[in-house]
Amino acid sequence: MDLSMLWYLVPSVIMLACGVYGFITRKNLIAILISLELMLNSADLNFVVFNRFLFPGSMDGMVFTLFAVAIAAAETAIAIAIIINIYRSIGNTDITEINKMKF
Amino acid sequence: MGITLPILILAIPITMFLILGIGGVKMTRKQAGILGIIANGTLAVIAYTVAFTYFFSGDANFIIDGVRQQYQVFDVTWLAFTQDLVVNIGFLLDPISALMLVVITTISFMVHLYSWGYMEHEPGFQRYYAFLALFTFSMLGLVVATNIFQMYIFWELVGVSSYLLIGFFYKLPSAVSASKKAFIVTRFADLGFLIGILVLSYYSDTFNFMELTSNPEGVLSSFGGATFMGASALTWAMVLIFTGGMGKSAMMPLHIWLPDAMEGPTPVSALIHAATMVVAGVYLVARLFPLYCVVDASLTFVCVVGAITAFYAAVVACTQIDIKRVLAFSTISQIAFMMVSLGCAYDKPVEGVHYSGLGYMAGMFHLFTHAMFKALLFLGAGALIHAVHSNNYTEMGGLRKYMPITHVTFLIGCLAIAGIFPFAGFFSKDEMLAAMFQRHWFWGAWMAMVAGLTSFYMFRLYFMVFWWEENPKYKEHKPHDAPWQMSVPLIFLAIVSTVCGFVPFGEFVTWDGVPYHIHFEIPVVVTSLTVAVLAILLAMVMYRKKNGIPARLKNAMPGLWTAAHHRFYWDEMYMFVTHKIIFGIICKGIAWFDRHVIDATMDMFAKVTQKTSYAIKGMQSGEIQTYVYWYFAGAVLLGAITWLCLI
Repeated sequence: MDLSMLWYLVPSVIMLACGVYGFITRKNLIAILISLELMLNSADLNFVVFNRFLFPGSMDGMVFTLFAVAIAAAETAIAIAIIINIYRSIGNTDITEINKMKF
Repeated sequence: MGITLPILILAIPITMFLILGIGGVKMTRKQAGILGIIANGTLAVIAYTVAFTYFFSGDANFIIDGVRQQYQVFDVTWLAFTQDLVVNIGFLLDPISALMLVVITTISFMVHLYSWGYMEHEPGFQRYYAFLALFTFSMLGLVVATNIFQMYIFWELVGVSSYLLIGFFYKLPSAVSASKKAFIVTRFADLGFLIGILVLSYYSDTFNFMELTSNPEGVLSSFGGATFMGASALTWAMVLIFTGGMGKSAMMPLHIWLPDAMEGPTPVSALIHAATMVVAGVYLVARLFPLYCVVDASLTFVCVVGAITAFYAAVVACTQIDIKRVLAFSTISQIAFMMVSLGCAYDKPVEGVHYSGLGYMAGMFHLFTHAMFKALLFLGAGALIHAVHSNNYTEMGGLRKYMPITHVTFLIGCLAIAGIFPFAGFFSKDEMLAAMFQRHWFWGAWMAMVAGLTSFYMFRLYFMVFWWEENPKYKEHKPHDAPWQMSVPLIFLAIVSTVCGFVPFGEFVTWDGVPYHIHFEIPVVVTSLTVAVLAILLAMVMYRKKNGIPARLKNAMPGLWTAAHHRFYWDEMYMFVTHKIIFGIICKGIAWFDRHVIDATMDMFAKVTQKTSYAIKGMQSGEIQTYVYWYFAGAVLLGAITWLCLI
């Protein structure tokens, strides 16, 4: 049985939904960060899949994915640094307590 | 003639303005004064050279077959707004501009010298010289303008310099309000001037004086018979342009600023408010004279306004106590004299008689002589004020023994303005009266009466100041003649006022450039001399020694005296119109509209925005997950809508 595009896209959608769900419901910043990565990776997966199936002659999607992975790594490093700083100043990483930026 | 000297005429004063204005604070009074005087002396020499070259060189540019030509030394594009609307800056040489170059630089030089003595102890001495330089620049730029727009620009510049110099003693509230008054009134008049320029150039397609005046019939036909409210559009244009002249030359009803302008330093009054700036209106009419001739109505308007103003100002001058105010009203009256003279100078045959522009020549002649003797009188008044420390001649009297130089020069000035042979005023006034009698006996008789009044009030002033009875205060503070810087200009101008009547003026300045040979008409000479001498004798009887006649006369007609003393309540009328009607009624309505309609609308916008934002500010909770929730919901919603739209 050949694997059609759908076999890749459905897991991607599930990954995105899990990411969104986790982002909204988790209280721990680390968990939220993980959810974020999940969403990002589902988007990366889409790039690769569309490139592979729709435009097999070009490499654009692959290259974009590599870029996105690299940037995601950098972004994760910054996010971790922010989270560590938050932990140092308020003693935990509960997002419900980080709500000073408001009206 | 090369281009160098004309450019220097404009460059020297503006450079002096910049040097003294910027570097003046670093200079001592002496440096600034000497620098200003030397620069102005150089300027005068250059201007004389240019004028003499124009009149005497016989160059084909300047004179062809004995007819003097207009010559543009240069005329460069300065501002090109569009293809058609181009403003040039240039240098026009013709009889009247050459004449004005001489007048302005002479008086300016004398005033620079005089101010060195007069303003010696005033703070801001350097600033004063800078402003004088600015004024000289603007006035020279005005008279040499090649086009009406350049003239308008410099016209405003003289207004500004006049404003700055009237308000020179800026700590005195009266000087400040006088400067504002002068600026606002003349600016208001200049609005008419601007509209006139626009109307004129809209139809004729040119700003250039030579193009406008060389072919006045062509200009008239370019209007194509356009009319507005019963008068032709060209008439309107010329009358509106003359409105600007009325403002600057203090014609009724825009004369109210000139008496107040006497708050400025006296040398400034001599330079700006007697000799040069205030004759700009006369100069303007003379400059556009051929156009005024093709529309008789506008020239008649000039004539009537002048005649009324001349009489009014002469009457008021008879009752003023402030010596400078008398001279101010005298200036108004004399300028009006020139206006009437121009107004009577038709070049078209009327009832078979060709007037050949005698009035034009005479008006310009009087402009020239008047500048000299009126500057002399003002500078003399400055010397008196310097000695007595008061403007009122009730504080003076019997000064002839204390101030002999001032006395003699002032007397010469009075004789010149009264028109006594052989002083300058005699010649010019006589020509003017001849022109008026030629036009119509009424104008001649009317203006002869004004001339009589002129002699009367000038000699009233003279006798009250130099005879009458001595002020007892002289014992404590003995008045004395002014220092040499002030006496030299007085003596120089007195000599000029004595001899300049003998200049064969008609050979130099006529409306069409063709020399006119001045000859006296005996009836006119006899009339004017008789009137003047009678008026002087009357003044002598009334004011030579202290007596009761003036007081009795005053009590005999108290209403007239009070009205004249209050200048026939013109200022009060203006105050009533501006404060009660404009500020009180119109402006209040406008203010109400502004507050309750425009402001209220804006307030409403602000209030609605504020209320809404208060209501929805809870959405910015600071909880990131809520934001994401909303974002996600919005994205889903948008996706759903897009999907629905697509299928």
